[in-house]
Amino acid sequence: MSAVLHPSGRGPLEPTRRAQWLAGILVVGYAILSLIPLVWIVMTSFRTPQDAIAYPPKMLAEPSLIGYVNLFTTRSRVSAEELASLPPPTTWYEGLVRDQQMILAGPSRFADRYLNSVLIGFGSTLLSVALGTLAAYAFSRFRVPGKDDLLFFILSTRMMPPIAVAIPVYLMYRAVGLSDTHLGLILLYTVVNLSLSVWLLKGFMDEIPREYEEAAMVDGYTRFQAFVKVVLPQAATGIATTAIFCLIFAWNEYAFALLLTSGTAQTSPPFIPTIIGEGGLDWPAMAAGTTLFLLPVLIFTVLLRKHLLRGITFGAIRK
Amino acid sequence: MSTLDIGGRAVPAAGHLAPPMPLKRLQGLSDRALAWLFVGPTILLLLAFNIFPLIWTIALSFTGYRANRPNADLVWVGGSNYSRVLADEDIWANMQATAHFLCWSITLELLLGFGLALLLNKRFKGHSFFSTVILLPMMLAPAVVGTFWKYFFEPQYGIFNHLVAFFGGPAGFTMLGDTTLSPWAIVLVDTWMWTPYVMLLLLAGLRSIPPYLYEAAEIDRASEWTKFWRITLPMVLPFIVLALLFRLIENFKMFDLVDQLTNGGPGSVTELASIHLKREAFEKWRTGYSSALAIILFVAIYGLSLVTVRFLDRVKQR
Repeated sequence: MSAVLHPSGRGPLEPTRRAQWLAGILVVGYAILSLIPLVWIVMTSFRTPQDAIAYPPKMLAEPSLIGYVNLFTTRSRVSAEELASLPPPTTWYEGLVRDQQMILAGPSRFADRYLNSVLIGFGSTLLSVALGTLAAYAFSRFRVPGKDDLLFFILSTRMMPPIAVAIPVYLMYRAVGLSDTHLGLILLYTVVNLSLSVWLLKGFMDEIPREYEEAAMVDGYTRFQAFVKVVLPQAATGIATTAIFCLIFAWNEYAFALLLTSGTAQTSPPFIPTIIGEGGLDWPAMAAGTTLFLLPVLIFTVLLRKHLLRGITFGAIRK
Repeated sequence: MSTLDIGGRAVPAAGHLAPPMPLKRLQGLSDRALAWLFVGPTILLLLAFNIFPLIWTIALSFTGYRANRPNADLVWVGGSNYSRVLADEDIWANMQATAHFLCWSITLELLLGFGLALLLNKRFKGHSFFSTVILLPMMLAPAVVGTFWKYFFEPQYGIFNHLVAFFGGPAGFTMLGDTTLSPWAIVLVDTWMWTPYVMLLLLAGLRSIPPYLYEAAEIDRASEWTKFWRITLPMVLPFIVLALLFRLIENFKMFDLVDQLTNGGPGSVTELASIHLKREAFEKWRTGYSSALAIILFVAIYGLSLVTVRFLDRVKQR
C-alpha cells in the first residue's frame, strides 16, 4: 500500500507506513483480546465437565464431545455393577455417556427450545418485514397526514424498557390466553421490530427513483401493481437486510421470553443459562448450546457487514 | 376508521390485472386509500401493543393492584405510588448504580470506540477484515454473554483472573462477589460488547470528512494536533452525539446482560433500575407500585433522549 497506489486523491494525506504499522498492531491486539471470550466459549464446548472447572484453567485440554452429548440428552447415574450388566453401547454417544458411569434417559429440551427460537424468530421477522415494507412504502411515497409525528411515534416505541411493557402485556396475555404461546411472542417481537423495520425500509424506499413506478403507471399498471412488480424487486436488498436485523433481535431477545414464557414457547436465551449437570451448572453443555446458538448470528454478521451501520442506527446513517 | 373502510373497498379494484388506465381523480383516491391500507396495520398493532399497554400501565400506577391476586378488589390509591417511589431510598441507590453504569460504560465506549475508529481509518492492510472481526461481540445475545462472563469471572477456574495475573495484575480477587468490583464488572462487559458499535458509527463519521479540509490544512502547515482539534473532532461530533444517544437509550433499558451476570448482586450494588423494576413487578408482584416506577423510568429515558436530540440538532447546524 504505497501512497502512489492510493486512488482516493488523498496522496499527501496518506498515513505514513510507520503510522499504519502502529495502527495495525494496536487494532489486531484489541481484536485478539476481544475475541478471547468467544474463542474460550467454543473451546469450553469441546471439554469434559472436569476440564472446564480445572484449577488453574487449562489452556489446552483433550477435546471431547461430551458437552454436545449432554446438551441433547438427559442421563441418569447407575452403579458399576448395573453398568457392567448392560449390553455394549450401540452408538458413539451412548458410549460417551457410559464412560461417565451413566445411562441415557432420553432427549433433553434443548432441541425444542432451539426450534422455538427458529419458529418465533422467522415468524416475527416475516410479519414485521411484511408490515414494515407496506408502511415504509406509504411513508416514502404518499402524503400521510401527520407523517413526521407518526414516524417519530413509531421510533419512540423503542424507548420503552422491555420490563415496563412486560407488565401490561403479561396481564393482557393472561386475560386472552396468549401466555406461553408461540403466537404471543411472535406478535410481541413483530411489534418491537416494527420501528426498526419501518425506519430502515423507508430509507431504502427513498433511494428507489419514483420515475420507475411512474413509468410503469403510464404503461397502464395500477399503483398497487407498480408497487409489487417494480418497487419490491428494487427493494429486495433492503428487505433482506432489514429481515436479518429483525431476525437477530428476535433471536437474541431475553426479557420478554423470560417473563412471558415458561415451557411450551420458551426460546433458547432464557433456557441456556439453566442447563444443569451433576453438582452445578454444566459448563461444557452450556458452551455447546451457546456455540450452536451463536453460529447463525456470526454467519449473518459477516453477510451483513456492508449494511451493519445502517441497521444499528435505524437508518440514520447510510453509507 | 372510515378511512380504513375506503381502503378495504379499494383493494379488490387494485387487485385486478392489467385494468384500463384509471381516471386521474380515481387514481388519486386510490393512492390515499392505499396509503391508509399500507400504514393501517402497523399503526393498529402499535396501538394495541404500545399505546394500550402504556395507558394500562398509567392506570395501574394509580392502584394497589397485585398481579398475583387478580380477584382482589381494585383499590385506587391516587398518586401515592409515585410519592412512594420517589421517597424510596432504595430507588435512589438503584438510580445511582444506573448512573454509575451509564456514565462509565458510555465514556469508555466512546473513548475506546473513537480510538479504534481513528486507528482503522489509517487504512492499514487488512483493516476491513479486522473491523468485521471486532464487530462480532455486539451481535451476540446479551443474556448468553452475561452467563458466560460469569464463568470467566469465576476466581478459581475462570480465565479473567488468570489473564489479569498474566499481565502483571493482582490475583485473588472476586469480580462478581465484591461490592466495589462488581459495578465495574458490568461496565467492563458492556464496554467489551458495545465498543464496536461506537467504533462503527465513528468510523463512518471519519470517512464522511471531505479530504479537501485536510488538504487546505496541509497548505497552511497545520500540525497534526491542530488538524485533530480543528477538523476531525468538530466534523465527527454529530456522530459522537448520535452514538451517545443510542447508547444512552439502550443502556438505560439494559436488563438481559446484568440479569444474567450479577442479577443485581452482591446485595443490590448492581441492581440497575430495570433489574429493580423486574424484582418489584415479577418477584414481589407489586404491580401498581412497579407501574409507577415504569412510567417514571420511561419519562426519564424519554427526557434524556429529547435533550440529546436537541443537542444533536445544535451540533449538526454548526
